[in-house]
Amino acid sequence: MTTTAASTKTRRRRAFTRGDKFTLSMFLGVPTFLHVVWVWIPAIATIGLSFTYWNGVSLSNIRWAGLANYDTIFTAAPQFYDALRNNTYWLLWFTFIATPLGVLLAYQIDRKIRGSKIYESVYYIPVVLSLAVIGIIWKFMLGPGGLVQALLGYPEIERAIPIFSNYDINTYVILGIASWRHIGYIMLLYLAGLKSVDPSLREAAAIDGATEWQTFRKVVFPAMKPVNTIIIVITVIESLRAFDLIYIIYGTSTGWPILGMLVFVNIYGQAASMLGAAYAVILFLLSIIPIVFYLRTVFKDDVA
Amino acid sequence: MSGIVQDKKYRDRQKRKDFFITVFIAIFAFIWMVPLLWTFFTSLRPYSDVIQNGVFSKPSSIGIQNYINAYDRMEIWEYLSNSFIVAIPAVVLTLFFGSLMAFVVTRYSFKFNLYLLLLFTAGNLLPVQLVYAPLFKMYIWIGELFGNRNLLYDSFIGLILVHVALQMGFATFVMSSYMKTIPKEISESALLDGASVFRHYWNVILPLLRPPLAALSVLMTTWIYNEFFWAIVLIKSDSKRPITSALGRLQGEFVTDFNLLAAGAIMAALPTLIIFFILKRQFVSGLTLGSTKG
Repeated sequence: MTTTAASTKTRRRRAFTRGDKFTLSMFLGVPTFLHVVWVWIPAIATIGLSFTYWNGVSLSNIRWAGLANYDTIFTAAPQFYDALRNNTYWLLWFTFIATPLGVLLAYQIDRKIRGSKIYESVYYIPVVLSLAVIGIIWKFMLGPGGLVQALLGYPEIERAIPIFSNYDINTYVILGIASWRHIGYIMLLYLAGLKSVDPSLREAAAIDGATEWQTFRKVVFPAMKPVNTIIIVITVIESLRAFDLIYIIYGTSTGWPILGMLVFVNIYGQAASMLGAAYAVILFLLSIIPIVFYLRTVFKDDVA
Repeated sequence: MSGIVQDKKYRDRQKRKDFFITVFIAIFAFIWMVPLLWTFFTSLRPYSDVIQNGVFSKPSSIGIQNYINAYDRMEIWEYLSNSFIVAIPAVVLTLFFGSLMAFVVTRYSFKFNLYLLLLFTAGNLLPVQLVYAPLFKMYIWIGELFGNRNLLYDSFIGLILVHVALQMGFATFVMSSYMKTIPKEISESALLDGASVFRHYWNVILPLLRPPLAALSVLMTTWIYNEFFWAIVLIKSDSKRPITSALGRLQGEFVTDFNLLAAGAIMAALPTLIIFFILKRQFVSGLTLGSTKG
């Protein structure tokens, strides 16, 4: 009996024939090669390049620059602080306004109010649109001849008031447009999480006389811990990654600079500047915190 | 007795509150739809109307003329097919590689499994701008090495490979979380039957992965279709552009005729809207598989 068990075990351990070993190494090797060569090596190269002067043409032109690029960014590039401010606004707005609104909507729609299925779909629609389309759609709303212009009393194209280039309001306008998509996205994620919360928990809280807000804060919110983390991470990462919408609305004019755009304008085109690499590294450093936070939450069970 | 009265009062108050919330959500939902409806309305009327009579004028004619023009003058169809030429192979490859990785990482206990999974997931979350400059250079050099400058740069292959390399992390993560819920015994019986690694993957595991594969393919098709950054950075020829990045250029060229542009934007949005309305369940579960861990 024991011998059969032992032989099964050895047979299983020997189960890797040469063919199997080859298959396994291909299964792992090809995707890993692609991922490492396409993502990680360039990422590390960017970090290296951020300490050099280079116009992006031939390798022999690379000159060591030390911290000069960073020095330029911090001391001689006012755009950097504008971009940092805009990314921060974006983050604050998403964290304190758009994301809570998405959660609130999810919470209310989850209570199966009349027509909740329809509302769900309505709020999801912007989530499936590309930011390029979203940018264009909002130009129709806010640009010359747009609906909002007409509602404000400037229906003629020539008399249109500037909205995207009005520095008093354009930050709110951009963030409002971005929220159009973000709120639906957060609602979608939260609604899925809420559906997995045991409804009897809420009923019990209601019978005990808890108010709506108490039920949410004390019962639902703690039960949603993993989803909460994901939502925080998505909020932060999306705020840092912002690019498409700004490109569609402002092009490369940096009319409303953000870090992602500063990387692009410094590298794209004929003459590249490694200031762009340094901007990318700054963006990366800011992203590390949410990335690590995410990995820790998601892989907690595996590591422990 | 008083308990029941209180209960009724409570329920009445709740009902009233629910009514207000419903009204509020309905109004909000209407506002949500306005931008899209307005764009649609704009796309149905001729530009001359707006010029002559202003934005709120009654349209002199409603029709699909702008769509026909967009089709003819903007070559929307060509850009749309470019998008799918990129998105479909990219999704298939991403899911294929992702399923291979997830299979090995969850069915065999190599020491490096967790680190690989971490590497892939982290790679998926990096800001794309960090990868941009060296990858761009690498594409040009590889092209020169093989004597064809447009082997990867300004080519569909190059764009597809970037999408695969970046999205693989998410696919691997989602499928490996799903596979952890498949009992190990299924694999063990396959191994005892003497199945090779390939048969174990192809005949035993892959059929079981159908739900996450369906969900991910819907989600990733919309993601890659909507992707913008790599499409403007890696594609130079206008004829090879996917629709999203082409819109960026078209809005500059047709800035004076925004009813035409509206038609173009609606046509660009249509594929993802159709996918969403037909396969909403897959779309939602694709997103939530990744966020709630199985």
